[in-house]
Amino acid sequence: MAKLELRNLNKTYSPKVVPVKDISLTVNDGEFLTLLGPSGCGKSTTLRAIAGLEQVTRGQIILGGEDITYKRPGDRNMAMVFQSYALYPHMTVYENLACGLKLKKVPRLEIKQRVAQVAEILGLGELLQRKPGQLSGGQRQRVAVGRALVRQAQVYLLDEPLSNLDALLREKVRAEIKQIFATQKSPVVYVTHDQTEAMTLSTKVAVLNNGYVQQIAPPASIYHEPGNLFVAGFVGSPQMNLLTINCKQNHAILGNFSIPLPKLPTIPSQIVLGIRPEHVRVAQTGEVHPTVKGRVCLVENLGMHNLVSVSVQGSQSNNSPVLRALLPADQNWSWEEITLALPHQNIHWFDVSSGDALSRKTSNCSD
Amino acid sequence: MVGEEFPSVKTKNIGQHLWLGIAIALVLIFSLAPVMWQLLTSFKVNQDISKVPTVYFPTRFTFGHYIELFTRRPFWRYIFNSAFVAIISTSLALGFGAPAAYALARLRPWGGRVILTSILLVTLFPGILLFLGLLEIVQALHLGNNYLALIIPYTAINLPLTILVLHSFFQQLPKDLEDAAKIDGYNTWQMLVQILLPLTVPALFTTGILTFIFAWNEFIFALTFITREQMKTIPVAVAQLSGASTFEIPYGPIAAATMVGTFPLVLLVLFFQRKIVQGLTAGAVKG
Repeated sequence: MAKLELRNLNKTYSPKVVPVKDISLTVNDGEFLTLLGPSGCGKSTTLRAIAGLEQVTRGQIILGGEDITYKRPGDRNMAMVFQSYALYPHMTVYENLACGLKLKKVPRLEIKQRVAQVAEILGLGELLQRKPGQLSGGQRQRVAVGRALVRQAQVYLLDEPLSNLDALLREKVRAEIKQIFATQKSPVVYVTHDQTEAMTLSTKVAVLNNGYVQQIAPPASIYHEPGNLFVAGFVGSPQMNLLTINCKQNHAILGNFSIPLPKLPTIPSQIVLGIRPEHVRVAQTGEVHPTVKGRVCLVENLGMHNLVSVSVQGSQSNNSPVLRALLPADQNWSWEEITLALPHQNIHWFDVSSGDALSRKTSNCSD
Repeated sequence: MVGEEFPSVKTKNIGQHLWLGIAIALVLIFSLAPVMWQLLTSFKVNQDISKVPTVYFPTRFTFGHYIELFTRRPFWRYIFNSAFVAIISTSLALGFGAPAAYALARLRPWGGRVILTSILLVTLFPGILLFLGLLEIVQALHLGNNYLALIIPYTAINLPLTILVLHSFFQQLPKDLEDAAKIDGYNTWQMLVQILLPLTVPALFTTGILTFIFAWNEFIFALTFITREQMKTIPVAVAQLSGASTFEIPYGPIAAATMVGTFPLVLLVLFFQRKIVQGLTAGAVKG
């Protein structure tokens, strides 16, 4: 039960291989922080540095006010769940759960109690005398979580714990993990490349790319107010429409149509417009939001919705911009001329060169 | 097995089973007949051994040859010598080989690949070519008639194989296991003894038994470096068994000695059979 803080963490293997460049973040008691990013973004290295499995090159790791940067992993009182579970194959489930406590010289009776308690939470009661080799994937996964829980650690670290499970089981275990760790008061750091896991589990998400933190915010803000182009493009499926378009006075020109810009200190010559496919809808008569017209060039059936790609009418017909919209599946959209509305509260504007969000919403532009 | 699991297939496959049975029997006869011949010879009386036409299955049995081995010769002593040399050199090969293999597999020292490649090259080198050089060394160090003259070469010759087998075994042990152990609070020594060693036991048995068999059966070095009767190993002693006259070859005692020399190995392999199979197939199946 303590605050975990990373200050300017850097891990350099060689001048060319720097997985973690400069990462600072704080995780408070009861917070569930997810490190989200594509592979190679430094999220696993960051987690291993917190655990003490990687020696950091620069920066500090502070737990409850104490600098633990150079402490051995065993002295940090953290518990970790590995992607491969890393259960000790020659020990029974009971021994797997108990061995960390035995090493810490916890009295035998207390070990028994704590193992029994965790076994009950995770439904491992009947499996305690089995060896990991005799368990199914889901059961092994629960033992791995149990081995972390039984430690009553100050920080829990989870490294892609669900990625070895099949899709159905993953959803079930995800819900279980959320419930289990919601009752824990210690900070949890969770690493994943799966945005659904990040969105559903966390109280706070840190999007990482290229060794830097791109944005730290609650899941809803990450989704609704992406801080830059990378976050906007990485979070959300299907991916956000990101179109680089020209500006004229205080309007952006998309094909033959103009969209009012928000109030900006200077109007750039080009700007990136971002809007999620689920926010694009068919224009109604008397539409108050900006509209664009175009031809449907591709329809992808996603079951509940159709993902419709519309090539916007433009002066140069050969490279007209394409907008993707998530539209109801009950109509046939193919090869139709269609008018789409882009609700301005859902439009994001980004700087072309820096990629930073210019104004999170365009709602203040209409006046 | 197949017939038991799928009863309906049983009738269809009677022909196949028959052929399989015959094939197995032929292979068994082919590989076990010489051993059987030695075993029977060791129990035959001398007249039957030299009788023409050959007596394949004796009707008269005797333990005379075995008794002769242990009364007229210090055969217990030979067994002790062989066992001592084999056990010590096996322990040394494992004791040096396991840490070396672990270091090469996990700590990735500078030049580790070169070391591994040279180890592989060494195993390709026929050991018998080392013989003259070793003889010089043994003379120079006055190691003749000393157990060390056998223990050191046996250990050295088996080290490369030990390192290679254990290296690949350590490599396929998941690294996460060691990380998990570190986080659970094991120190390096506890980790090696409590986590890694139990997982390595099958591989240790496999390489250990191979080393042991080599040391137990080795002949040339043992023949040359050891001349004192009290220190000879079984293969040398068996080869030097002589009859009452120069012209008589003591087939009976030789056969008996062969059986006595093989018996401990058979016991050893049977006893550790399960572990060996585990070791040989380690990594084949996802654990």
